[in-house]
Amino acid sequence: MGRYLLTLRRFWATALASQLEYQLNLLIDLVAMAGNLAGSLFVLSLFYGPGRSLGGWSWEAALVVLGTYTVLDGVASSLLRPNLSTIVAHVQQGSLDFILLKPIDSQFWLSFRTFSPAGLPEIVTGLGLILWAAVKAGAELSPVRCLATGLMLGASLVILYSLWFGLATTSIWFVKTWNATEVLRAALTAGRYPISAYPLRLRSLLTVVLPVAFLTTVPAEAILGRASLSTGAASLLMATVCLLLCRGFWGFALRFYTSASS
Amino acid sequence: MPIVCAERLSKTYRVAQKQPGLAGTLRHFFWRRSRSVEAVRELSFSIEAGEMVGFLGANGAGKTTTLKMLSGLVHPSGGSLMVAGHVPQRRQANFLRSITLVMGQKQQLIWDLPPMDSFRVNAAVYGLDDSEAKRRINELAEMLELGEELTRPVRKLSLGERMKAELLAALLHRPSLLFLDEPTLGLDVNAQARVRAFLADYNRRYGATVLLTSHYMADITALCPRVLLIHQGALFYDGSLEALSQRLSPCRLVRLELKTPLPASALASYGAVEAIDGRDVRLLIERDQLTATVARLLGDLEVLDLEVADPPIEDLIGQLFQQGVVQ
Repeated sequence: MGRYLLTLRRFWATALASQLEYQLNLLIDLVAMAGNLAGSLFVLSLFYGPGRSLGGWSWEAALVVLGTYTVLDGVASSLLRPNLSTIVAHVQQGSLDFILLKPIDSQFWLSFRTFSPAGLPEIVTGLGLILWAAVKAGAELSPVRCLATGLMLGASLVILYSLWFGLATTSIWFVKTWNATEVLRAALTAGRYPISAYPLRLRSLLTVVLPVAFLTTVPAEAILGRASLSTGAASLLMATVCLLLCRGFWGFALRFYTSASS
Repeated sequence: MPIVCAERLSKTYRVAQKQPGLAGTLRHFFWRRSRSVEAVRELSFSIEAGEMVGFLGANGAGKTTTLKMLSGLVHPSGGSLMVAGHVPQRRQANFLRSITLVMGQKQQLIWDLPPMDSFRVNAAVYGLDDSEAKRRINELAEMLELGEELTRPVRKLSLGERMKAELLAALLHRPSLLFLDEPTLGLDVNAQARVRAFLADYNRRYGATVLLTSHYMADITALCPRVLLIHQGALFYDGSLEALSQRLSPCRLVRLELKTPLPASALASYGAVEAIDGRDVRLLIERDQLTATVARLLGDLEVLDLEVADPPIEDLIGQLFQQGVVQ
């Protein structure tokens, strides 16, 4: 365990050092993030006139959902996208060889090799938005409720990671899977709004096929005190199953890895 | 007990077949057709610990695929394989700690940072503590004649410096088995010599086993008393380099730059004229007559420059395969 922690520290230290070589790039990332958040708030504000609600959610409650989405998007910008989008390139260029030859879990390497600070402000803003909007919506922030929300948010992250990693794994066979991960990312933007805001059929799709409902709505319901115990359990179960499946799928896919030609 | 033992090792790939042009593209899109390609066919050989073995073959002969099977990256389609007491494709931690694979065309160093940062990552991955890592880095850096280059970003290093740093990164965990795929590719003559001297030194110091592929015959002659020659995935020759060298090139290649151009007929008495391009001439001269013939050439003709070399290894291997000499 100590070896993995030290490796992670060195991974992220070198990743930060690499990015600081290009200051302007980092600045542009931060500006893009601010623009993105402002855009989301503007779109959401369009749905709310005086006395209107979205799928039975008040403006403040919907902001909690947006805050959850912002946290997930921040994690995606900081960790998921920088790491998982390189899997395709590793397969294409054959640099996956170097990773597979190291006496360390290859999924760990591919998932945590780099870290981008560009998503950090989004994570902080998202968490702030969740807390502020929850208080405004009249939620009582007891330690138990905060813990439950943290758990649900953790489950969301695991589900999102597993879906993304699973899609990236298919690059072992298809090599080009950028489009697939972009489609996933686009579908996740549906999680900006409460799941009940969508028509019934779409709601089922966003719960069962693409578990967007588990990603943003369930953690928001948890902090607002609306989540049932069974919903929470379903979310944790979903996260566990997704993680196990994606890990098994990676091991299976590696048997078909032929390594790029020299 | 051999450190590498391959028995009837085979690897078959499925390769897509596509005709050129728009029609071919459309047909390929709707009806994918593929065929099997036997990259490696029933290859059997063993290598003792501490040996330095050259792995020769034309492009596409199956050298890299074999190295990748030996290092556990590619699963064999058939046969059995034991490397350092392990089945490679299981990629157990102990096995991975005992091997390294260096590929001349690929790099593992972090492009924007000094090599030292990549070494620190590798040290953590292999569980080396800071003082041990530092000691090993200093030792290898001294052997490779690397100094301030280790604190310069990799992108600012010359190809030769980068390759030496790559070697350091690949050997930091002190592997006992080195798979080297074209480690001197693209390097100038001095850098090639430096890398060769280092590999010989590493082999002596640590008793490491080395399996090396290279298109530079000088790498093989300097390092490998034994060679494995493969053609179309099958073993063609396994034996001493001397015997192979004699068989492959009874002649040496002499490149001449003459003061004035001469016709082939005027040069035929010195050896087989391989090519004439204006004042540049390439002659093939038998080894045992080389000294006398070169003396005659210098005496008879106005020679501006003269260079003696072995014919390119790929040409020799090509000739050998055409002759169908199988041992």
